[in-house]
Amino acid sequence: MTMLTFEKKYRVRGGTLLGGDLFDFWIGPFYVGFFGVTTIFFALLGTALILWGASQGPTWNIWQISIAPPDLSYGLALAPMMEGGLWQMITICAIGAFVSWMLREIEISRKLGIGLHVPFAFGVAIFAYVTLVVFRPLLLGAWGHGFPYGILSHLDWVSNVGYQYLHFHYNPAHMLAVTFFFTTTLALSMHGSLILAVTNPAKGEPVKTGEHENTFFRDDIGYSIGALGIHRLGLFLALSAGFWSAVCIIISGPFWTKGWPEWWNWWLELPIWP
Amino acid sequence: MKTLMRSAVTGLAVLTLLAGCELGSKDVVQRGYRGTGMELVMVPEDRVAHVNANQPPEPAPPQPAVGPKAGDIYQNVQVLGHLSIGEFTRLMASITEWVAPEQGCNYCHNPQNLADDSKYTKKVSRVMIAMTQRTNEAWKDHVGNVGVTCYTCHRGNNIPVNVWAADPGPKRATGMVGQTPQNYASESVGLASLPYDPFSSMLLGDRDIGGVQADTALPMGHPTDLRDAEWTYALMMHFSQSLGVNCTYCHNSRAFNQWEQASPAKVTAWHGIRMVREINGEFIEPTTPWLPEHRKGPLGDALKTNCKTCHQGAYKPLYGAEMLQYYPNLAELGEGVEDLDLFED
Repeated sequence: MTMLTFEKKYRVRGGTLLGGDLFDFWIGPFYVGFFGVTTIFFALLGTALILWGASQGPTWNIWQISIAPPDLSYGLALAPMMEGGLWQMITICAIGAFVSWMLREIEISRKLGIGLHVPFAFGVAIFAYVTLVVFRPLLLGAWGHGFPYGILSHLDWVSNVGYQYLHFHYNPAHMLAVTFFFTTTLALSMHGSLILAVTNPAKGEPVKTGEHENTFFRDDIGYSIGALGIHRLGLFLALSAGFWSAVCIIISGPFWTKGWPEWWNWWLELPIWP
Repeated sequence: MKTLMRSAVTGLAVLTLLAGCELGSKDVVQRGYRGTGMELVMVPEDRVAHVNANQPPEPAPPQPAVGPKAGDIYQNVQVLGHLSIGEFTRLMASITEWVAPEQGCNYCHNPQNLADDSKYTKKVSRVMIAMTQRTNEAWKDHVGNVGVTCYTCHRGNNIPVNVWAADPGPKRATGMVGQTPQNYASESVGLASLPYDPFSSMLLGDRDIGGVQADTALPMGHPTDLRDAEWTYALMMHFSQSLGVNCTYCHNSRAFNQWEQASPAKVTAWHGIRMVREINGEFIEPTTPWLPEHRKGPLGDALKTNCKTCHQGAYKPLYGAEMLQYYPNLAELGEGVEDLDLFED
């Protein structure tokens, strides 16, 4: 489908979830919609708050700017603006913007008459984020369990939270998540290289078809999942990676407090050993 | 039928997952600046039970320090000769309570002649008393005002529950290259795959601890390698298990090696490592020739101390109860004791 026919199919009225026809228009190539407006609102406000927070902080170094959540002592209450309240506002804006964007994707999917795979996939990413900054803090009883908003500081948080459980690589859900992440990249690289190969034939040769693709992988690994199947597999692998990431962090603290290596003691305690 | 099977399998899977969980609410202690993730999450009921199980015993009624000295009245009193008779008797009675409540005085003494050194336990006790005094006197940077008494480790047992000896590990085939003694789910390292005897080399020997993080962007010219990190991690697992804390109790893991970003507890731990090396090397190892076989490890070395010997799962032994203040006689070595050779036969 060329871009031109695509445009024709896309630029149709209707399919909105909220706002009826009021926001059902385009600015240049961009569909607006009610959720486009809310996305812009939350994104701009959140970014402005981050910039304001940075202006109140000790550095303009892009790597070091950090908006930290409140102290644990504030529990699930609102904190003063400069002591984590800003983080709480920015979190609301982030969720507002992400969810708005997902809903806008739903509207566009409805206009196109396609399935909701794209918004669903993005929803899993949002779920992982909300797990980190809302669900887990709720379960542990303080917003301070969220991660700080900063390029390096959020990585430091990840590191320390991992070390809270001594050896995070023993977290069973982390194992699954990591495996899915790696498998996603493996599948993408195999699929990508295949597509690049068939669409860039030697001089004088025609572009190859699906039969070539299948033959290549049947020769190579004995099986070809097929042109449609690889996209289903890719979606499954990628979403599983995000989903198990969310699981691996929500169980750390709310459902397990010791070192993760110790969790595997159930295996050693099975009544099958001499 | 298929549906039944499916729901049975799903139910079993869910049950298995839940069985591995600690349900219920948690307590959390913040150990660093907000948002750094330096926290200790714990199960409140477990912690309360542990605190209750780690309380010091009622101190014995104090005795006056005046009057004739034990060294002048009794024979062969080498490290406690400067105590008054009252203090000396009180300490002997307390030690019996702490170390040999069932066997009583005769665990160490020959009842026919209390001065007799023929029992190995008596000679070892003398070394242990000097060790306790030396520790309280010289290692204040680690033990602080909490200090150590015999009870800190013994808790009513002849041999403290948490001791270690060189670990030969399970029998196994040897490969073509030297194998690191690791990859068994050992209690000593919190069931991780890390080397299972980090003590011989680092709490008796003085193998370098560290080498975990690079201080340059590229891995060039580093004096340490992955193995060093594994040995260090093995010891650190032991630290965590012994103190009932996690890595962030001492470290900000973004820079393990930097003192400026670490908690003050890291300094206390640094002194503790040196303290334990002295205790094991200067006091316990030299007693080996006296010990009967059943008081030695599988390789014939003495049973030694590590963090868990005193801490027993508490960040401070007995949760910081300042027990030493009731036993000032254990707070410092007697005059001239430092020059004695306690290991002379």
